[in-house]
Amino acid sequence: MEKREFNVIAETGIHARPATLLVQAASKFNADINLEYKGKSVNLKSIMGVMSLGVGQGADVTISAEGADEKDAIAAIEDTMKKEGLSD
Amino acid sequence: MTKQLKGIAASDGIATAKAYMLVQPDLSFKQSAIKDADAEVQRLHSALEQSNSELKLIRDKAAETLGEEEAQVFDAHMMILADPEFTGAIESKIKDDAINAEAALKNVSDTFIATFEAMVDNPYMQERAADIRDVYTRVLAHLLGRALPNPALIDSEVIVVAHDLTPSDTAQLNKKYVKAFVTDIGGRTAHSAIMARSLEIPAVVGTQSVTEDVKEGQMLTVDGLTGDVTIDPTDAQIAASKQEAADYAAQKAEWATLKTAKTVTADGKHFTVAANIGTPKDLDGVLDNGAEAIGLYRSEFLYMDSAELPTEDDQFEAYKKVLETMSPKQVVVRTMDIGGDKHLPYLPLPEEQNPFLGYRAIRISLDRDDIFRTQLRALMRASEFGKLGIMFPMIATVPEFEAAKAIFLEEKEKLVADGVKVSDDIELGMMMEIPAAAILADQFAKHVDFFSIGTNDLIQYTMAADRGNEHVSYLYQPYNPSILRLVKHVIDAAHAEGKWAGMCGEAAGDPIMVPILLGMGLDEYSMSATSVLKVRSLMKKLSTADMQALADKAVNESVTNEDNQKLVAEFTK
Repeated sequence: MEKREFNVIAETGIHARPATLLVQAASKFNADINLEYKGKSVNLKSIMGVMSLGVGQGADVTISAEGADEKDAIAAIEDTMKKEGLSD
Repeated sequence: MTKQLKGIAASDGIATAKAYMLVQPDLSFKQSAIKDADAEVQRLHSALEQSNSELKLIRDKAAETLGEEEAQVFDAHMMILADPEFTGAIESKIKDDAINAEAALKNVSDTFIATFEAMVDNPYMQERAADIRDVYTRVLAHLLGRALPNPALIDSEVIVVAHDLTPSDTAQLNKKYVKAFVTDIGGRTAHSAIMARSLEIPAVVGTQSVTEDVKEGQMLTVDGLTGDVTIDPTDAQIAASKQEAADYAAQKAEWATLKTAKTVTADGKHFTVAANIGTPKDLDGVLDNGAEAIGLYRSEFLYMDSAELPTEDDQFEAYKKVLETMSPKQVVVRTMDIGGDKHLPYLPLPEEQNPFLGYRAIRISLDRDDIFRTQLRALMRASEFGKLGIMFPMIATVPEFEAAKAIFLEEKEKLVADGVKVSDDIELGMMMEIPAAAILADQFAKHVDFFSIGTNDLIQYTMAADRGNEHVSYLYQPYNPSILRLVKHVIDAAHAEGKWAGMCGEAAGDPIMVPILLGMGLDEYSMSATSVLKVRSLMKKLSTADMQALADKAVNESVTNEDNQKLVAEFTK
């Protein structure tokens, strides 16, 4: 399993456009990918799951992937997080 | 059988075509126990697939005819359809509870909708609940084998019949095929009416019963000049309406010759007829109708059409585009007018008892001056590309105006220090829409470069009548002498200080109001672009001396709104 922690710096948190892009990035991989926040874990390929967490600015989240392409998946997600200004 | 309906004439023009019912079909169903869960899951999957291919079709059609932005809502719908948590939960529900797909779909959708609606401090999430509801409706319709109306797919000439049209409905309509609208509810200032005028198609609203009286495919004649709707017109009636449509077209042709002309009265006085816009996309209409300026650029659309606060650069590009296109004609930009009935998903506002009397417009801008400064900087950077005016909405007191002006000057100084070119002839003005300000206009006039009278709010605040409330809609009285006295006071106060006064509400393009305003000496009339030529043509026939006599009577002798309607009819015969 591959894991990464992120601190969300975007003022609007993870919703709207950034949430859509994260889900799209995750959906490209076969691995099971989860987003964990405040002890709740959701499928990162689920737009409604991601948005229902209501991740705001300053939140610490963990993203984990499990499967053959887990390394590539985490790298791609990290890339999206940075490019969209969600994390440093 | 021919039948006649009467509604409110909301947008000019006459059209005859078949009815297209933009009405939800009956989607009722009962929960039932099932035996073959696999077959039920199969039914669900084919409904999901049908919904998805339908959405793709609509999405592409919408992108092609209406633009990428309008098409994006369907992308959001497709993402929900593809959401493994959503479809997985419905499948599990079918299998675990042995219930039919319709009931499982409803159960799961309701749970998600409730989750998102519960996020009361986050309007963006609450709107996502509406997306889920739309997807639910589409999948359910396929499960039940019912056809949903898909306005984006209309590909022959129709008249759209609806209870009311929402912004998302109208965004899907293709002007090439939609010849007119008719609705059950709404008035001249309803969203559907404003939309029809900007699309330049005839509309009749507030018929009460059109969705009950008309069936899909029935012939209709819609007269947006009189508010008459004829169902199953006779051949003679169709011929007569074609003649009227031709006369109307001839009149429009006369107006077209006025497109490049200045607005001049019968006695040779010049006035400015300007247009209102919401986004740079509206510029085509402004140029097509020969407006002499933009009297109101509603900058809040920049904020409303965005998923987050628009950056200084984004705003700069929009303002620059408008200023460059209009140059050397003036463009008056109204700073962010949010609050009241306009909300931003990413800027939660406090829940209020009376939002129209609450935290809105300049009140937010002065409180959240970070947002305000960004807007003013973007405006000043664009000022070199044309002739810019800036006005502040909802100013109630002189210190509010002074505070806004001080922030403007601070940011100007910073920009200049950074070497940015800022025009030195930016005019700073204010909306006159709060009675307190209108009464004190003589004092305000010493501080501003211009006034722009916003009639909708000025009327609603002066009459203490919510313009959206149909029980008190009779109090929307633009010609009431009380309103006219305020308007006259504002104009006189501006002139006494050598300033100019304009009006940017719908009233500025109203053929009953224009003669009175002309008599009062109002300098600028800013309206829907589609009213510009009509008003220019009207002014050509009026003489200011006669209209001064009319305005004098309207203000000093009339008692009621109706008195003044009659008075104008007499004076303009």
